[in-house]
Amino acid sequence: MPNPYMSPIERAWFYLHRLLSGLTLLFLVLPVLVIIPLSFNESSFLVYPLTGFSMRWYHDFFTSAEWMRSLKNSLIVAPAATVLAMVFGTLASVGLTRTEFRGKALLMSLLISPMVVPVVIVGVAGYLFFAPLGMDASYTTLILMHAALGVPFVVITVTATLQGFNHNLVRAAASLGASPLRSFFKVTLPLIAPGVISGALFAFGTSFDEVVVTIFIAGPEQATLPRAMFSGIRENLSPTIAAAATLLIAFSVVMLLTLEWLRGRGERLRTQPAKA
Amino acid sequence: MMASSAPMPDHPLTTQDGVPLKTKLARAERMNKLKSLALVLPLALFLLLTFVVPIGSLLLRSVDNPEVVASLPSTVKAIGAWDGKSLPPEPVYRAVAADLIKARDDQTLGDLGKRLNMEVAGYRSLLGKTARALPFDPAPASYKDALVKLDERWGDPAYWQAIRRNGSAHTPFYLLAAVDHRVDDLGDITATTPDQAIYLDVFARTFWMSAVVTVISLLLAYPLAYLLVSLPTRKSNLLMIMVLLPFWTSVLVRVAAWIVLLQSGGLINSALMALGITDHPLQLVFNRVGVYIAMVHILLPFMILPIYSVMKGISPTYLRAAVSLGSHPFGAFWKVYFPQTVAGVGAGCLLVFILSIGYYITPALLGSPNDQMVSYFVAFYTNTTINWGMATALGGLLLAATMVLYMVYSKLVGAGRLRLG
Repeated sequence: MPNPYMSPIERAWFYLHRLLSGLTLLFLVLPVLVIIPLSFNESSFLVYPLTGFSMRWYHDFFTSAEWMRSLKNSLIVAPAATVLAMVFGTLASVGLTRTEFRGKALLMSLLISPMVVPVVIVGVAGYLFFAPLGMDASYTTLILMHAALGVPFVVITVTATLQGFNHNLVRAAASLGASPLRSFFKVTLPLIAPGVISGALFAFGTSFDEVVVTIFIAGPEQATLPRAMFSGIRENLSPTIAAAATLLIAFSVVMLLTLEWLRGRGERLRTQPAKA
Repeated sequence: MMASSAPMPDHPLTTQDGVPLKTKLARAERMNKLKSLALVLPLALFLLLTFVVPIGSLLLRSVDNPEVVASLPSTVKAIGAWDGKSLPPEPVYRAVAADLIKARDDQTLGDLGKRLNMEVAGYRSLLGKTARALPFDPAPASYKDALVKLDERWGDPAYWQAIRRNGSAHTPFYLLAAVDHRVDDLGDITATTPDQAIYLDVFARTFWMSAVVTVISLLLAYPLAYLLVSLPTRKSNLLMIMVLLPFWTSVLVRVAAWIVLLQSGGLINSALMALGITDHPLQLVFNRVGVYIAMVHILLPFMILPIYSVMKGISPTYLRAAVSLGSHPFGAFWKVYFPQTVAGVGAGCLLVFILSIGYYITPALLGSPNDQMVSYFVAFYTNTTINWGMATALGGLLLAATMVLYMVYSKLVGAGRLRLG
């Protein structure tokens, strides 16, 4: 609420600011909200007003061999890529935060760079490199490249979590006779778990949404869900795509809520230290 | 540290086994560093194999020029003796006849023709025609006369200069072509004729569109980020979810949704017509407007988050202090608050700009041919016309631009300091 001491002009600015911000928020959520009702609409045209309720587009989605294959592929590639990114990324983040060394900033920039290099370049480079080795159109290559794209997110979130990590705990564990491996799994990992999990969620989201690299290096056999959506949007924007989109939105909501929960938990742990 | 003020003892402190403590400490620290590096090593190697080496070979590919050297080996050798002005001597003609027979039998004629056609239009048909007529039966006394008789283009030095220019396995041809330049017949670098010069325009368009997206994102993000930090936590968390939901939603879902919203019978046009703003549906998609809307939508969270996290660290008391000291609220905002947010604004703008210049999917699905950015042409030359040289040269320049901006970003912001969600 505007405070009572504001001049009329300030008051006008206050409401204008609220209005602008509200419109920006509307702009952000509108597309997500608009596509959902259309997926339950019986008409085969993606236009408002709605004509009647129907589940036929979901039926189409779940009975189409092509959509099902792409869903299956996404569910193979994304978890595998996530595990790779998570393991490599977490190890590297621990290494990066435990000591200072020369060239650390440069190394960090290199590890984050898959996030900023244009995906088309990654895709073309991957294709030019792996095709002569006979490794294009394979799940392995797709998983490896998706993992590379997911790594920066794991490194960013895990190093951020490790900033607040007390390395004396590891020393204490070592002085009590724990092996490095044991102290990692018993001391470090439980404490940085929120960072690792959010990094993994980001890596999963990256792979699950990745289309450009997939266009270049996957064959029709490995086409993922976004790849199928890309062809769908290009050829014929049908309500089945709206159904697929709604399922993906539901999925993002689950991921987002998990992440928010983790963040809230982490903040609580930080702001309310355990009572001695 | 402690010893610095006290006088050093005559004999240095040692450990039990007689090694000076300093040496031992240095050794322990070195071990520790090595252990840290060993933890980073798996990821570094992984990225090297899946990311750095492929991109490196892409860059090398942009100067690769294998066709002429591979298909016309003896011609390339013989043409070295030619002065480049008149017509080449007889051995060169003899060599080209022999090479073309071999190229036809090895089926490399197609690639060679395609490559030389980029240098001189019509070269492909010349090679095809010549290869079909070979070998001459009976063997002519002069291959030079025979070839010129077969096609008078063999009597034109320009066709020979094209071979001579490509007598090396490396060429600046594609990189120059990617900035609308070429090596002319005299060996000088000149601008391409205006009707063929397209790539500088494409680069300019890419940077312009990215700048527009960055500015619009900033104008929308700044007030919203300010609102988010000034609201009570519960409310701002709720609004933050509204920012993050689209961030987590698949880009393709959002592209599909924007097509639905912006099409001529879509909600936006219906709303505009209902409000009487327009009496006929506006073209909002499959043109520049659609690309801008969708790109701003996708990149806006990347602008909001860094600005938000900087604003969160600014105490509101500064602003109150300025006002209580007599500053006008707007003046206080501009002189006291805004300067403190510049770091966030800079980080957000750089990030959005860097990500924008590599965009492919959004312009490809929502734009017209005139709204395509550099990435589109990289994909086009890779998938459609299979011209690796052009694809990798354009890709290499785009990568160079990205890397320069990314280095600035790393220096100013720190690569790992990105706040995600």
